[in-house]
Amino acid sequence: MKFFDKTEWSLLYALPVLIILLFVLPTWLVNYVQVSMGMGLVALAVMIQMRAGLVSFGQGLYFCIGGYTAGMASKFWNISDIFVIFAIAIVATLVVAGVLGFLLRRYREIFFAMLTLAVSMILFALLSSSHELGSTDGFNLPQASYLGWRPEGETAGATLFILTAILTLACAILINRFLRGPIGKIIEAIRENELRVEYLGASAHVSVHILYMVAAVISAIGGVLWAMALGHVTPEMANWTTSGQFVFIVILAGTGNVFAPLIGTLILEVLRVYAVEISPNTWQMILGTVMLLTIVFLPKGLWSLFEGFVKRLSSKEPAA
Amino acid sequence: MTKVSQLGKISRPLASTLALTLAIAPTTLFAQDSPTFKLGVVSFLSGGASGPFGVPSRNAAELIVDAMNKGTLPAPYDSVGFAGTLVEPLFVDEASKNVVADYQRLVQKDEVDGIVGYNSSGSCVAIAPEVEKLETLTVLSACGTSQIFEEIVTEPKYLFRAASHATMDNVAAARYVVEHTPEAVEKLSDIAGINQNYSWGFDSWRDFSASIKVLKDDVEIANEQFPKIFAGQYGAEISALLTARADVVHSSFWGGDLEALVIQGAGRGLFGRTQMVLTSSDTAIHRLGRQIPDGTIIGARGSYSIYAPKSDLNDWFRQAYYDRYGVYPVHPAYQMANAVLGMKAAADKAGVGTEEAIIANLKGLSYEGPGGTVDMALADGHQAITGSAYGTYKFDTETGLGTVENIVTYKAECINPPADLTSQEWITGGFVGADCE
Amino acid sequence: MITTVAIILDGFGFAAWLFLSSVGLTLIYGVMRILNISHGGFYALGAYSAAWAVGLYTQTGNTIALTYLIIPLAAIIVGTLTGLLVERGLLRFMYGHEEVLMVLVTYAVFLILEDATKLIWGTESYVAYQPAYWLGTIDVAGIPYTIYKFLIIGTALAVGAGLYWGLNRTRAGKLLLVVIHDREVSAALGINVTLFFTVTFVIGTTLGALGGALTAPEISVVPGIGAEVIVMAFAVIVIGGMGSVGGAMIGAVIVGFARALSVHLYPPIEMFSIYLVMAMVLAIKPYGLFALAEGRKI
Repeated sequence: MKFFDKTEWSLLYALPVLIILLFVLPTWLVNYVQVSMGMGLVALAVMIQMRAGLVSFGQGLYFCIGGYTAGMASKFWNISDIFVIFAIAIVATLVVAGVLGFLLRRYREIFFAMLTLAVSMILFALLSSSHELGSTDGFNLPQASYLGWRPEGETAGATLFILTAILTLACAILINRFLRGPIGKIIEAIRENELRVEYLGASAHVSVHILYMVAAVISAIGGVLWAMALGHVTPEMANWTTSGQFVFIVILAGTGNVFAPLIGTLILEVLRVYAVEISPNTWQMILGTVMLLTIVFLPKGLWSLFEGFVKRLSSKEPAA
Repeated sequence: MTKVSQLGKISRPLASTLALTLAIAPTTLFAQDSPTFKLGVVSFLSGGASGPFGVPSRNAAELIVDAMNKGTLPAPYDSVGFAGTLVEPLFVDEASKNVVADYQRLVQKDEVDGIVGYNSSGSCVAIAPEVEKLETLTVLSACGTSQIFEEIVTEPKYLFRAASHATMDNVAAARYVVEHTPEAVEKLSDIAGINQNYSWGFDSWRDFSASIKVLKDDVEIANEQFPKIFAGQYGAEISALLTARADVVHSSFWGGDLEALVIQGAGRGLFGRTQMVLTSSDTAIHRLGRQIPDGTIIGARGSYSIYAPKSDLNDWFRQAYYDRYGVYPVHPAYQMANAVLGMKAAADKAGVGTEEAIIANLKGLSYEGPGGTVDMALADGHQAITGSAYGTYKFDTETGLGTVENIVTYKAECINPPADLTSQEWITGGFVGADCE
Repeated sequence: MITTVAIILDGFGFAAWLFLSSVGLTLIYGVMRILNISHGGFYALGAYSAAWAVGLYTQTGNTIALTYLIIPLAAIIVGTLTGLLVERGLLRFMYGHEEVLMVLVTYAVFLILEDATKLIWGTESYVAYQPAYWLGTIDVAGIPYTIYKFLIIGTALAVGAGLYWGLNRTRAGKLLLVVIHDREVSAALGINVTLFFTVTFVIGTTLGALGGALTAPEISVVPGIGAEVIVMAFAVIVIGGMGSVGGAMIGAVIVGFARALSVHLYPPIEMFSIYLVMAMVLAIKPYGLFALAEGRKI
């Protein structure tokens, strides 16, 4: 009964909804939903770090590691099995994040932001200069296979969509658990007052290190899913503009709930699509204006609107 | 009980989101049965590539489509639309974050009948497999990389490119350097390059330096600089090139970076000390005028703009473009014109303006563009080869206009690989089969 | 020998540009605790207005000498007016929000400024090379350098010295240091904190516009130049210590030399030299070289 909390129930309910969407929505919109799930996981990673007061301006690093692992596995070792790719991506990420964590866990505020940015930009520069990996043009990925099963055409698209939906929601549930667990509590305390956390006997450094690695792993999973959906990777994935986009999604969506960054990504994506369509020359201005309006009227993010909506519903319900 | 109320609480917002999304979606259901040909035109409308590339491409597409719909193009393109079918352009910014997803949207939501454009190689590499997957006629107008048909889509059906790849620019530049400045060639022993730190820059320099080495023995590379794209400040690089004292300095810079390099380099005498070769520099002429030192070797990525051969079509294009946009068209405009006219030529040949007819007839077609003949010769009739030309800059103080002199034109077969070789194999193999007469 | 001289001059030349492009950013952060992403937008505005004004002026055929007045004037006018508009019209309603949220606010302003610039000046490039050429060049160890470059280096030093003097030797500057140290106490002491914020923001944006305006004669002013300068400027002020003017100068010199060294000695690492330096400096000095002391909150 109490095994799943409210958020987790809603995440579970979201799965059939997403699968219905797959068949109801036009294909192009399904594409955006799918792409948004991959990116949403990275936004989720940024969000959990932001709970500790850490703004990662370099989450693209792990997004990119995920994407490039998927690409390189197929390009160099001829591996297209998505589960093997996930295994490689997660191991690679754990190693990189484990090592970098020792350096980064000492930093807070803007310094954490800039250092994560610097590390990510070094990868960006390395990939941009590497000719074997297609330099800035990047390279293309083959279609995924599943334990020896190689679907083609529409089946392939649908399979990947469903897998993406399952993995995204599973990650969200696990993250929700993580945030409710002891480390989740400690990281919130770190944002409030790190010194007191230490006085209470908990290690802020170790907690931040674990948090950083968890965030890295789900970003890499997002990267694999994103790259598989689009069939193409470029160093742009590690560029600071990509990482910045994730930060903006989280600020826009709010940090209140694991659902927020996932939905925020989709909303931003759809907003961008329509802004580009309405005004191909000045779509950035529309985006900027919407952002400003959101901050002015909803300083706690779009999620607060949603929360208020849910609250009003539930307060009416008993009467009804 | 709790479960039910939870479901009620949570799924209602979800349902409203769904309803909202669905409310947006029906716009796509009004699929038009109208007889127009919906043409997606993709180019950079924002960012650093918009001024030199994106906007001229867009303008050229707009100009050609408008004239085509009115039937006012010169012969043989004087019929209306694509074989009578009016063309409805839809302009899209290439500088949006998700090129692939946006391509899918263009095909599935906007239900275009064909797509033309794409300036950047990165975009082309990304969408190329998608084109074949979504089975939509797509004519790439520019993007330099030779990978498209050599590595990514080896059996194209829906994908075409109406421009030569960048290999041609650099092979022609190397030939021009080696063959047409005899007194300098005697002494030519060191070359240097300054190219942007991304695929375009790497590939251009690789092709140029390899071609030079094939064409003349004992040439050394004195210095290679790869500054970041859009860096703008080249003080240190220029000093390094000045101290390297190479005989020839090659650059594939474009747009604002190129103009900055000319301003900073010419100001410090780099252009006087070495022979500069600028492979994509026709866009800078009307901006910089006398600031480009005389004698600089100027490339226009083909026989476009200043190198366009005289024809009724070219005269019309230059004048109409000038009248409408206040400047003369540069090479991206020519490339776009070639791409759109290729579609028209294919449709006119078939007699029907449908996607299928254009796909069937554009394959292997040879037709005239404002920059001369476009021959869809490579990649099983999907990749164009065009001729090119190089010359040296001369500022005409009387008219106040930049011109080129010592022009040498190159046949397409001289500077493009034959159909059965990749660009790399062809260059390193010593240009086997090149027909330069 | 030649290379050594070239490295030193190129290093300082690039450092001067970096300092001018980033000092406004560090000033605003130091006083207001706002990491102003729209700084890049002001840089672009300055560059466009200067290039446009110089272009108009040179068409009249009068002496080029006057352009050295037109450039800073254009920057001051556009930087002050737009800075005032942004601060009075928008930012002042946002004070008190989290730092992160303010980053998003300034990012939104940046997006709007970018497109506004494009609406005003179009996508075609603007060149205004006359001021960079008019002064000619001098040879140092056989390599010609434009005198304009030395003028930029001089301006950077003057701006640095001016800010140091203004902050440490004037009454307003000393009051500003009080505001930086403790906003609430200074308000209680009767200091008009709001006014200080407005003035600081406008000075910061004007310095950003000046950075762009002074660069305009050396480059081609195109859409997107604002975005390029932001990360570079962030790196410089993080290395130097956020909010420190002296730190920005040292940071600029370090990054400038890192770039000049890599270009002359080992070009392949040029692209990430700046990030390498930033990572190294922060690994040793976690809060930058000249970070302001922060109280420990228990």
